[in-house]
Amino acid sequence: MTGGADLVTPALLLSLGLFVIGVVGVFLRRNIITVFMCLELMLNAVNLAFVAFSRWRGTLDGQVLVFFVLTVAAAEAAVGLAIIIAGQRHKDTLDVDSFNLLKW
Amino acid sequence: MLDTIIAHSDQVVFYFFAATALLSALVVVGQRHPTYSAFALIVTLCSLSAVFGLLGSPFIAVLQVVVYAGAIMVLFLFVLMLLNVKREERVAGGGWALKVTAFALGAVLVVQVGSVLTAAARAPAAPGFNASTPYVARLLFSPTYLYVFEATSILILAALVGAVVLAKSDP
Repeated sequence: MTGGADLVTPALLLSLGLFVIGVVGVFLRRNIITVFMCLELMLNAVNLAFVAFSRWRGTLDGQVLVFFVLTVAAAEAAVGLAIIIAGQRHKDTLDVDSFNLLKW
Repeated sequence: MLDTIIAHSDQVVFYFFAATALLSALVVVGQRHPTYSAFALIVTLCSLSAVFGLLGSPFIAVLQVVVYAGAIMVLFLFVLMLLNVKREERVAGGGWALKVTAFALGAVLVVQVGSVLTAAARAPAAPGFNASTPYVARLLFSPTYLYVFEATSILILAALVGAVVLAKSDP
């Protein structure tokens, strides 16, 4: 047991894989809620990179940054889902291409 | 045989949860029904929580389950149950030129991010590390991060008011 010191590089590779899967989902899926979930997946991949680098450097600043990312993700999910509900009420669809209500 | 497995038990557990996270992330992206995607994402988040714990960060591991899998995903499921969500039918179109460009750009992204991440962690990791909750809290409430922490409370309040205003039905 080394407290995860030898797991830093595999964790970074896992973070890369999750981020790329999230990017693919954002471009591939048509349902706006699934696109939103893929965004959450990408945020989690970045969190994993933060934690791995925090372990690698031996400092705790990465952990505090993950805390802030988590807070912003919660706020973003609340506002984003409210926008989705308002848009669905307006257009009666969840397709990403029809969500251009915020365009000026 | 058994001795080596026990000696590398944290690695075995890490690779198990890493594989679970990657597979369920693929299900999130490949699934056409958003409700199934949401459940697969919950599996991904819980496996990532285990990975955080193995990296020596119990505080983040607990936050991951409580905030992400608990609060945010429940919010997603509430919205999915509230709206009339159907399986999506239309697949992304585009000719072969677009597909080739997409694969090339995706490969560039993988190479770029992968080279940065692996090059950054080439040096050996720090030997000692204690990220238990008191230490993280001491840094969080130190003058470096205290004002940022207070600012996030204003952000949460703004998001709360904004969500209520946006989701309110029109009179």
